[in-house]
Order: sequence, then structure tokens, then C-alpha cells
Amino acid sequence: MSSYSASELYSIFIMQSFAGFSLFSVLLLMALGLAIIFGQMGVVNLAHGEFMALGAYTVYLCSNVAHNQFPSLAGSYFVFAIVIAFFVAGLAGMFVEWALIRFLYKRPLDTLLATWGLSLIMQQAFRLTFGAREVTPTLPEWLMGSFKPSDSIDIPINGVFVMGLTLLLTFAVWVFMFRSKTGLQMRATVQNRAMSGAVGINTKLVDRFTFALGCGIAGVAGAAFTTIGSTGPDSGSRYIVDTFLVVVFGGTSSLLGTIASAFGIAQGQSISGFFLEGTMGKVAVLLAIIVILMIRPKGLFASKVRS
Amino acid sequence: MNTALPTKSDRPKTRFLPAGCVLLGLLTTAFTHAADFPTAQVNTTGLAVTDTEVTVGQLHSATGTMAISETGSIQAEQLAIEQINESGGVLGRKIKIIVEDGASDWPTFAEKAKKLLVNDKVAAVMGCWTSASRKAVLPVFEKENGMLYYPTFYEGLEQSKNVIYTGQEATQQILAGLDWIAKEKKAKTFYLIGSDYIWPRTSNKIARKHIENVLGGKVVGEEYYALGHTDFGSLINKIKLKKPDVIYAIIVGGSNVSFYKQLKAAGITSDKWTLLTISVTEDEVLGIGGENLAGFYSAMKYFQSLENPNNAKFVEAFKKKYGAKSVIGDVTQAAYLGPWLWKLTVEKAGSFDIDKIAAASSGVEFTGAPEGYVRIHDTNHHLWSKLRIGQWQTDGQAKVLYESGLIEPNPFPKGYQ
Repeated sequence: MSSYSASELYSIFIMQSFAGFSLFSVLLLMALGLAIIFGQMGVVNLAHGEFMALGAYTVYLCSNVAHNQFPSLAGSYFVFAIVIAFFVAGLAGMFVEWALIRFLYKRPLDTLLATWGLSLIMQQAFRLTFGAREVTPTLPEWLMGSFKPSDSIDIPINGVFVMGLTLLLTFAVWVFMFRSKTGLQMRATVQNRAMSGAVGINTKLVDRFTFALGCGIAGVAGAAFTTIGSTGPDSGSRYIVDTFLVVVFGGTSSLLGTIASAFGIAQGQSISGFFLEGTMGKVAVLLAIIVILMIRPKGLFASKVRS
Repeated sequence: MNTALPTKSDRPKTRFLPAGCVLLGLLTTAFTHAADFPTAQVNTTGLAVTDTEVTVGQLHSATGTMAISETGSIQAEQLAIEQINESGGVLGRKIKIIVEDGASDWPTFAEKAKKLLVNDKVAAVMGCWTSASRKAVLPVFEKENGMLYYPTFYEGLEQSKNVIYTGQEATQQILAGLDWIAKEKKAKTFYLIGSDYIWPRTSNKIARKHIENVLGGKVVGEEYYALGHTDFGSLINKIKLKKPDVIYAIIVGGSNVSFYKQLKAAGITSDKWTLLTISVTEDEVLGIGGENLAGFYSAMKYFQSLENPNNAKFVEAFKKKYGAKSVIGDVTQAAYLGPWLWKLTVEKAGSFDIDKIAAASSGVEFTGAPEGYVRIHDTNHHLWSKLRIGQWQTDGQAKVLYESGLIEPNPFPKGYQ
């Protein structure tokens, strides 16, 4: 690399750091919802990716409506669409909890099979509704360009947007879980269901709400990803592996663990992706994760709760 | 032999116009009567051919991850068969289609191919899309002696008595495109990028040899990413560091959308950079969005925007059948050629027998092709075809900037392996 000038290397360093942080926020956004559902409730939700796809399709629909019915909203619809995606995915999650998940809390392994079936049903529903082709919403112009702090540095605006959204959402989840009454009830229910019921917490309602919240966050993640990639009926299955990877690697019941794990995996992938060839970079990261999980089977941040 | 595509005036309703009698007379001379070709003579091997009907199979993925790509091929083949039936069928027999779904799963393709050939005794199969599915069915077609019309541009290195390749093999798509870009853009350095499977890897191997040995250029990077990969941040930074004259991309499927969106977001746009791809057709642009690709180049044999009478008719018929918003990509057009080439070959051979068709295929010409004149090669069952360079516009269509002469198919290129 001796043939490059110092300022060039500096620019690349800045942009490469940004690429790492950008991937970090993507992984964290994917994993947040699952960290709540899998980490807090112990439900192995294999349909989590489909809730993301649901959020993405919601944005696609909003985009169509905005461009066909309200052209004046073409520049701003995206912000509303994210909120709508949260509620659509959240309500769908609430329904799924009521119809399916609540019968399976005592059989956690069965949730794996049931939610896998659910994911197949949802994929087929997407295929029948939106067709097999991948779709992309028309994004507002302001999301697509790049900042240019100097001549040789380009910072993608959509990356900054996803990052900002992730920060906001993570903060909101933290405040909700650790500073609100409902959050307290949620954590209490997770730790000791019988005792929580005894002190007057409606644990069934808390369950439904927790599951819906996780799904809603998945919807937001899906909505944010429309700025990065396209959406197809089986997009969800592309996300699900990375999502579980982040949650398991971080330690299943720790929000901080999820954040640390997303950060580690993202930086690892980004750096190895730069110095190695694409596919080999991914191999290197997965190998590192396997080794670390062998040493710390409960993930980076195992929670200290008695089991 | 009637090689013209049916025009509006060929459609049945015109026969009842006042001049109908004259027209009917004309049509009957153009049509072939089944009675002139008794079934016992044209079908000596027990295929599904009767006095009035001939059955062909269609084997694509209507479900699963490949459905996105294969839907266009399914539609184009059905359109071609419908048009052939309207214009009198094959040797006076109407074509009946049996549709099977390979479901994006290669063993399923093999199983369904066997079903079509052994149980249904189909006279030909239009089908497959990925190389993996073709490789899966090839032994079945060779063992059961069937005939496959395969539409996709692919990596070459294959030739079979039982397959007609209506798409381009690698050298037809790669060499002329690289020549053009090297000359037009004075390009010396290339960055090769691909999805990680056989077609991009083989294609880039050919591209590298051509760049290094023929064009005297240099490959400054070569990278592959898993199918479905969505994060290209590190790759983009490497591209910016290496500053290649040409980014040469063979990325397929959903990754495409992420790749081009991220390029645009990172400021790699056509005003400062040159990108040439052999994996983006109108179908992919539908997902990527024309605004994310504007100004970049694709090397294909067909673009929907081609201006010639055949293509105008084809585009009109396609949109009429499948909706005004439908688009036609390179492979969709190649799939459309399959049924027509089969019809022409059968009529040349005067027989449905597979062995006779395999032999008669050599040199079959189709003047009605939307891409222009095509001819099956005398020895290798691939098509002579042109290469065109299209520049993508924001509306998702390509502006054709360059057209080569007819290029000889060369599935086993010497010096490129």
C-alpha cells in the first residue's frame, strides 16, 4: 500500500470505520427484537425474519400509496412508514402470540417448530400477495446521496439514517425496559412468573405485549433495511441466521451483550472483509465466533440470574 | 417453411372479413397440413404426438428463490407456443404444454425431467435457468434421449446432443464487451466482482485472461460474495482505493439491489466511474431501480428497447398478454426463441424424432427473432448471436450504444481455461 498518499489512506480509514459502524447498527437493529423475544421470553422465534419482511413490505405499500395518492408526501412518507411498520408488525405479533405462542410457553422447544411453520406460511402469504419478484420502495431523494466532508470521503446518508434510527431505538428500548413500570413487569415476569402473578401482574397480558414489542421492533428493522437492500418473500430467511448469531453470541438475556456482540461481529466482518477476499472474510469471522463460544458457551455476557 | 411471426392479420378473426376467402387460401398454403405428415412417419419412437396434437414440457421454477428470474422465461415460452398454435402449429399439430415446477431445487428438476420424458413422452422440453438445474437434468435428458431448449446465458464448457442453448455462452457475452469498453473508455485496469458460484467464477476467469493477454490491461482486484450478501461497504472502500478504470460486476439475485444502492450512496456513480456488468437485465433493474444504475453499462445480446420490427411485435404481444408494466430481459427473449427454433427444426427434419431433430438443428435459421437473425451453429448446438452494450437510463430501460456482428459460439474456448 506504499503507493498511496497519506490523505488517501486517511479517507479510506474514515470510510472503512464508517462501514464497520454502519454494519454494527444493521446487526443491532436486526437483533434487538429477537433479544427481547428469545432473550427475555425464551421463545425461539424462527419467524422473526418474516416480521422484518412484513415491515419492509409495509414500507413498500406506503411508498406506493404516497406516490400514487399523495405526491406531496413523496419526500416525507418514509418517516411515517417506519411508524406504521412498527404497528403493523406489532399487531401481527400480538395476534400470533394469542393464536399460537401462548400455548407453547411450557414447551420452549416446540416453539421452534411452530414458528418455523409460521415463517413458511408467512413467506407463502408474501409470495401470493406481492409476487415472487423482489420489490423496492421508491426512496426519497434525500436518503440516497452521500455527505462529502472532504473531496475523497463519501459518507452514505442511508447508513447515517440507519445508525441514527438504531441509536434512538436502542435508547428507547433501554428506557422502556429499565425505567418504565411495564418494563419492570416484563422483567419480573421473565424472572419469576408465579411470583409476578402473585403480586398482581397480569402475566398473560405482559407476555402478549412483550412478544408484540419484539415483533414491532423487527418491523422497524425491516423498514430500515429497504434503504439498503430489496425485499422478497424469502428475505426474512436471509436475515434470520445473522440475527440469531448476534443474540446467541452476546448472551441470550443481556441487552448489553447483544450490543457488544453486534459491535464485535460487525467490526470483525468489516475489517476482515477489507483485508481478505469477500467470502474468506466471513469464514474468518464465523471461525472466531465458534472458538469464542467454545470458551464461553453462554455467550459474551452471560446473565447472572439463577436458573 | 413459414418463418414469419404471426402478425395481427394472421389472427383468426380476419378470416371472416370480406377478403377472407382469399386470405384463407393464402393461409392454407402457408400452413402445413397434419395429413401430409402421418403420425406413424413423423413419430417413430412413441413420443406424445397424435394426428392433431403434440405435447411439450415446460420445466422452470415457479416457486422458490429462482421464481423471480424464471417467471419471465415461463411467460415468454408460453407466448411463443400460443403464437405458433395461432399460426397453425407444428407439422399441422397444435402444441399442448405440460408445466412442471422445479421449485428452485435441483434434485426436483431431475425428478420432474424424468417424469416429463418417461411418463409424458414429451416431444421437447423448454426449461431450466441456473447452471445447477441444467447440470442436474442433463444426465436424464441424455439417458432418456429427450430434447431441452435452455435459455440462459451461461459459463460454457458444455455441449450435448440433447440440449439446444438459446442463450450466450461466456465468450459471446464477455469478449466483445470488454473490447468495446477498453477501446471506448481507454480502460487499462479492471476490478472483477462476482457472486460466489460457477458462472461468475468461470466468466471472470475468461475475462481475466482476455484483459491480461489480449487487451494488455491489468486486473487490480477479484472478489466473490455469497449469494444473498447485502453488505458491500468494505468492497466499495477497496474499489475507491484501487481506482479501477472499469468495475466489472457479475452479481446476481437479491445482492444486486444492495450492491448498486450502496455504490450510489457511496458516491460511485457514472459521472466518475465506469461499470460494466453481464448480470443485469431489465428484470433486475425493476428491483434495483433505474436511478441507482443510471449511466452504467450491461453487455447482453438483447435489450427490450431494440428497434426492429420483430422486437416491436414481440414487445407488443408480451405486454398485451402479461400487462403493460411487464419488462423483458435478455433471458426472457432467449426463452422465447426455444419453441420457435424447435418448430423450425421439426419442420426441417419432417419428424418429431429426437435423433432427427438433434441432427437437423445444425444451421437452423430464425429470421423472426426479436434480437434479429439467429442461427444454430453447425456443430455445437449453440446460437450465433450479436453482442450489444446498453447504457441504463433512469426509467429502467437501456439505450443501445453498440452492436457487434454475429459472434460464433465457442463453448470450449482455447487459451481461456
